Order: sequence, then structure tokens, then C-alpha cells
Amino acid sequence: MSLRVGETPTTRPAERADQPDDIIGDPAYAVEILGVHKSFGTLPVLNGVDLRVRRGEVAVILGPSGSGKSTLLRSINHLEKVDRGLILVDSEPIGYRLRGGRLHELAERDILRQRARVGFVFQNFNLFPHLTVLDNVIEAPLSAPRSAPRRRREDVVAHARDLLAAVGVADKADAYPRQLSGGQQQRVAIARALALNPAVILFDEPTSALDPELVGEVLEAIRALAGQGRTLIIVTHEIGFAREVADTVVFMDDGVIVEHGLPAEVLDHPTHERTRAFLSKVL
Amino acid sequence: MTTSPLRHRAAPAAPAHPDPLSVTTARPGVDPTTLTVVKARHPWRWLAAAVALILVAQFVNGLATNPGWDWPTFARYFTAPVVLQALWLTIQLTVYGTVLGFALGMAVAAGRLSKNPVLQTISWTYVWAFRSIPLIVQLLFWFNIAYLYQSLSVGVPFGPSLLTFDVNSTISGMAAAVIGLGLHQAAYSAEIIRAGILSVDAGQLEAAAALGIPRRRQFFRIVLPQAMRGILPNAANEVISLFKGTSIVSTMAIAELFYQVQVIYGRNGRVVPLLMVATVWYILMTTVLSIAQYYVERHYAKGALRTMPLTPWQKVRRRVAAFTAAGRPDAAGGAR
Repeated sequence: MSLRVGETPTTRPAERADQPDDIIGDPAYAVEILGVHKSFGTLPVLNGVDLRVRRGEVAVILGPSGSGKSTLLRSINHLEKVDRGLILVDSEPIGYRLRGGRLHELAERDILRQRARVGFVFQNFNLFPHLTVLDNVIEAPLSAPRSAPRRRREDVVAHARDLLAAVGVADKADAYPRQLSGGQQQRVAIARALALNPAVILFDEPTSALDPELVGEVLEAIRALAGQGRTLIIVTHEIGFAREVADTVVFMDDGVIVEHGLPAEVLDHPTHERTRAFLSKVL
Repeated sequence: MTTSPLRHRAAPAAPAHPDPLSVTTARPGVDPTTLTVVKARHPWRWLAAAVALILVAQFVNGLATNPGWDWPTFARYFTAPVVLQALWLTIQLTVYGTVLGFALGMAVAAGRLSKNPVLQTISWTYVWAFRSIPLIVQLLFWFNIAYLYQSLSVGVPFGPSLLTFDVNSTISGMAAAVIGLGLHQAAYSAEIIRAGILSVDAGQLEAAAALGIPRRRQFFRIVLPQAMRGILPNAANEVISLFKGTSIVSTMAIAELFYQVQVIYGRNGRVVPLLMVATVWYILMTTVLSIAQYYVERHYAKGALRTMPLTPWQKVRRRVAAFTAAGRPDAAGGAR
């Protein structure tokens, strides 16, 4: 399956605004990545990636630096625009509307609304340094676009405090991010991603910027999320963690998926030489 | 006054049974936790300070004793109604110029940062043009605008006009000055605002976008407060330089502070004391602006520093509190 995205979106006379969107997704999957290509200038980063992640599945993406893991993850949230192919979240194309066999670019407002259903946890936390921990967590729910149902501030704050308690930083609600350790900051970032109650959460190397002794507390917070019905896609270098929490492990190299399967298969009995070479280096 | 834990002169005797792990066992009788610190001496520092103070004293003495300063005249004119009116006009020029300059500057900065190539080009051209023209030249253009355009119309572009003004009566000298100062200021403000926005980490926008925060709120709630830290020191510089720069409109016979003192010393010939009247007012107002700048910057520093430094006023209060505490005989080490 490969759809060209580069064409100029146009409205043919036959198309009407009330025409229903074309449905191509499979409702069993939370995320479907279909024939995705992406390059930065002349440098190809993703060379035809196909990946389906079921609802409630925990998928861990492994691979050497520069293999396209982060770019793929960022594409799922439309932080990167793919050159070719399509990404569906909940059977809905990200960044586009598929109608009458054509992809129509969405307005920024609609893209932002789509993103609210997908949480993202960054390697460098990217907390808002000028807002307190609590304000970081309530910022997104309080700024929901007009069309979405607005929630009462007290409810949002109460929910935020519960989330902060769940990741173990309830006592830091009034602190500023720079007053926290890296591990605490990343746990706040996880609480912030959870505040919109997203069905899918993407983790982009969530422990790579942390001191070794702080890695455990962040992995603990992620582990607690697995098995709650949320779909988690995690890019990481923590092989032991992958073995423990992943339902499926994906190994990427040179912008393609080399191997995809159960952790026991991919990590213990890799069939590809590239996977074996990578695992022998990191294990 | 010190809070150093080393400064306990009444050193206890060395323990009878030294801890085998303690370093004090290395040299019996020396306990490193109770040693007295003797501060290093800096004789050249004292000498340099003395020389500088002598020069300052000479200067102050000159201010007080040299009859040329003519302080009685200074005192007579410093708060004269005509001077205060001129000061008020200077403040108005500064406020209008700042408001117009930064409002337009924000629009130009937005244009330069937009993805729209037409807006980018126009904004760049604006900055290029208004930074190229000397302020005085531009002011004289605005002063003589009626020579180019006799009437000003509001209506459909290239179509019929709805309202028409006579330029000569609408654009007074004051209006010409405000427009000139504002447009000139906008070119510099735009670059300062743009620099501040560029200084915000791209990850902040990505995080805001990933959370689905609407564009406008991304800017006003996430980007601008962080950009302000970069914008403020430069913006304060610009406001202060605009405040003093208003003296340039004296060439257009607008009765602001500098023009007014020129008029007065033109009449009575007392140049120096009247220049001092203007000087002291400029210094006073700049001081007020600098104090305001300090507190506004402090407001936007929230979260950027782990602990906020004390304000000068808080420092003074703490010193006084420590001083009075140390004065009491029972409160040794009360400086904490």
C-alpha cells in the first residue's frame, strides 16, 4: 500500500463538503504506518516503513543511531511531515483527510486536535521552564480548542495532581522544572502527556538524557502505564526494559524495519545479521 | 561578620581518644574543624580605592564650589512650570514612540518570522529602509509631508475615498515627531523581538505542538514569556535611548525638555545651569526606567533560575536585620 502525498490538494467539482471520508484503516490497530518514506534534503531517513500497532500494545523500537527511529516516532505525531505514504491513528490519517481518493491537507487547527490524542515524551523533557510543574500539566487541558468540551479548572487541577502523584512527584507541584532532577522532570513530562488522556503515547528515548541512577524511576513510571489499555510506542536503548514490558519489538536500520516480533524472538533469536550485530554491541 | 563554621576562636582541646578515621589523628593537637581563618591582605586594592575616592572628592568639591555651575539658577528653573511642561512633553513623546514602535515592531517581527514570502520580504525591506535613514532626516521628511501629500484619504484601495483629511492640519509637529520616532523605533524593536523569539529553544514549540495547544496560545503562553528574557534588556536600552533621543525633535521647534532649556538660556544666557536642569531630569527619568527594568526582568526570570537573587531592597533589609541582631550581646552568629 503506497499513497502519494506530494500532490497539490484540490477539490474536484464532484466532491462535496459533506461527502464522507474514505475509510481505509483497520479498527483493530491504534497506529498504522503504511509505506512511509522521508528524507531530509537529499538524505533519506525512512525508506518505506510499514508497521501496525494493535490497541493496547506496547511496541519497543530498537536500532542504531541514525536508523530513523526518532523520525518515525515524530512522524506519528506529525512533528515531521512524511514525503510518501500514510500514517493512521485510530484509522484516521494524520495531517490529512482522505476523501474521494485524495488526501487533503488539514488546517493547522485540526492537526493540533489530532495531536491531542497522541501523547509525546521527549528525550530532553521539553518542560516549559517558566511554568510551575502543575501549570505544565494543566496547560494543554485548559487550552483545548474551542470545539472541544472545555473542562472546569478545578477538575483539571485535581486530575493533574492525581497524575503527579501517580508518577511520584506530587510534592513538586509548585516547583519550577529547573529545580527538579532529570528523572523528576521526565516523570512530570509523562504526567503532562497523560493529562489529555491520549490513547497512544510515544516515547522518544525517554531515559537517554538521564544519569544512570535516575533511569530506573522513569522506566518504573512507564512500566506502570503498560497494560492499562493504552498503546505505547517506545524508542529506547534499554534492552532489558524492552524484554520486560514490550509486547512486540521492532528493529530498525537504515530507515527500514529489519525485524519485528515478540521480544523473545527478536532479542534472543534474531534472524538478521544486522540485528545480531546491534544486539551484540549493546547487550 | 561571617557565617563561616571555621570561626570559633574558643577551640576545644583535642579529644582524648581520637577517632581512628579522623584526619585529626595525623597531627595531634590540630583539629581542622576549629581552625581560625586569617583573611589575605590586599594593600594595592586599598590604595587604588583611595586614589579613586580622592578624584571623586575633587569632582564633587568642584560641583559644589565652582560658581560656574550656578546652582541658584539651577534651583530656580529645575521645577519651573515651563520646564515641567516640557518634561511632560518629552515623556509623552517617549511613551507614544515606544508604544507605536513596539506595536509596529511586533508586527514586523511576526512578518519576518512568518512562512509567507511576501510578508517576509516586506518586513525585511521595512527594517532595511528605516535603519538606513538617519532619524533626523526622517523626522524632517514627516515634518514636510504636506509638501508631498496635501490630503490624506481613507477608502477603497485604488477606488473611491470615504474620508479625506488635510495633511497640514492633521499632521502637526507633534504628530510628525511621534510618527518619525515610532517608525524609526519599530525597525529596531522588530529585530530585538525577533532575536528574543529565536532564542527560545525549538523543543518548546515542539512540546506545545505535540500537546495540541492552539497556535495563538503557543505564542502568548509558551514562547513570548521565554522570549521576554532576551527581549527585555535590549528593549529597555531602546526605551532609554528613545527617551534621550527625543531631544532631536528640538530641531522641529517642539517644546520638549531640551528645546525649552535652549529657549531659556537663549534669553538669559545662563547656558550651563540650564543644561544641568535638562541633564538632571534625563538622569532621574533614566534611573526610574532602570529600576522598572530591574523588576520587570525579575518577573520574567521566574523558573529560569533555581533560586531568585535578593532585590537590593531585600539585601538592605537583611543587612540591617543582621546588624541589629549582632548588636545584641546574646546573639552571636545572628547574621544567619
